[in-house]
Amino acid sequence: MVDHNRLDRRHVLGHIAGSVGTLMLTGCDRLSQDPDFTRILDTAETVSRFAQKALTGRNALAREYAEADISPEFRANGTIEPSDPDYQRLAESGFMDWRLEVGGLVARPGSFSLSELKQLPSRTQITRHDCVEGWSCIGKWKGVRLAALLDLVEARPEARYVMFFCADAMDLSGDKYYESIDLDGAYHPQTILAYEMNDLPLPIAHGAPLRLRAERQLGYKMAKYIMRIELVADFSQIGDGKGGYWEDQGYEWWAGI
Amino acid sequence: MPNGRRIYRHRFWVRMTHWVNVVCMTVLLMSGLQIFNAHPALYWGNISHFDNPVAAIGTFPDWVTLPGSQWLAMGRRWHFFFAWLFVTNGALYALLAIASGHFRRDLVPTPSALRQIGHSIRDHLRLRFPKGEEARHYNVLQRLAYLAVLCVLCPLIVLAGLAMSPQLDAAYPWLLSIFGGRQSARTIHFLCAFSLLGFVIVHLLMVLVSGVWNNLRSMVTGWYDTGETHG
Repeated sequence: MVDHNRLDRRHVLGHIAGSVGTLMLTGCDRLSQDPDFTRILDTAETVSRFAQKALTGRNALAREYAEADISPEFRANGTIEPSDPDYQRLAESGFMDWRLEVGGLVARPGSFSLSELKQLPSRTQITRHDCVEGWSCIGKWKGVRLAALLDLVEARPEARYVMFFCADAMDLSGDKYYESIDLDGAYHPQTILAYEMNDLPLPIAHGAPLRLRAERQLGYKMAKYIMRIELVADFSQIGDGKGGYWEDQGYEWWAGI
Repeated sequence: MPNGRRIYRHRFWVRMTHWVNVVCMTVLLMSGLQIFNAHPALYWGNISHFDNPVAAIGTFPDWVTLPGSQWLAMGRRWHFFFAWLFVTNGALYALLAIASGHFRRDLVPTPSALRQIGHSIRDHLRLRFPKGEEARHYNVLQRLAYLAVLCVLCPLIVLAGLAMSPQLDAAYPWLLSIFGGRQSARTIHFLCAFSLLGFVIVHLLMVLVSGVWNNLRSMVTGWYDTGETHG
């Protein structure tokens, strides 16, 4: 009788524990779908951004590595071969006809060929690339300093973000990749528009002819296949309003961690 | 249930921070496994040698991840929110534990207790636990386990997590140096998580075998039944 009761109790307790577990899991998954709840989770991104900005200073340089540290295999992520016909035509001619448009909140909008960009102040750096998925690779990048380009087109004081519009469509909807960084990031000494990787012209898989390197953020911030740069005061009217393709899919705009 | 003398064993802030920590560690582990599943391999050093990982253990099943399907962006949101809560809660606990003397009095083992450690290990293996007045205090194995978690594993897992931030690495390159690179930091973060899980499993076993309802009540209400009759 006693044993029977004990078994019963154990059975009931096990049942309760199981139900609580299931309830918790489905509850958490339901919370993930609830915009009011995810807004609470999102406060962490704001806290991280303010904390990191306060603790790191504007111009701390990302660690630079030696030639010997360069990854034998640098993984290419996202688009590795844009299907856009206009892009493919440009690629066939070695990007001879490609021009970077720079506009928005600038005093002197303009467009630049690859050889014109190569005449602007450049920087070469061997840095680590951290993907949001968790892996890291080290590569050598050479490119025009974004600060030099912004000085040339004379960014207007009300500009707060630099938007990068790209040639690669990410899904069947045809939405093209785009990204944004703030001016602290844009004027950082290591922020470059790279046209060379590991001493060779930037390969298509890594974003030819021009990709962003923003070394203190995660890989998805570093837009590839850049066609147009625009300075804006806010990006709420662009795309889904979150500042980038992956941001529109729910990733943080602040990708410092 | 013997109706013995009840003693007030856990102060309010100890109970409070304990249960907040239970929620944080559960969410952090499950969302951490979600994040791990986005690239289920571990490496040593600065970079990922894709063809030579330290471990490629495959993905964890959906029922242990948060959210319960492949959804990295949402896993990261849960993880970072509860990471802030975990650190705040931990800092609050550390502050109160030091200021109140809880740390020195209840957690640091006395030299005489340390000498008795063999005795304590034998008692634990026989599942014989302190009763009466002795149950008022943490025994020497408890103290050492709690100290290892509080002073080694928790700070280490937070530091290893921060070392994965490219923004913080730029300002504090020593974060990378102490772990020997970002991928090492990621591996150590993972190992710390499973060490903490190991601690929690042993902790729960000990709670179960040393009087589960009495232990639970004392961690909820503070009151622990010593098992002694009123004298």
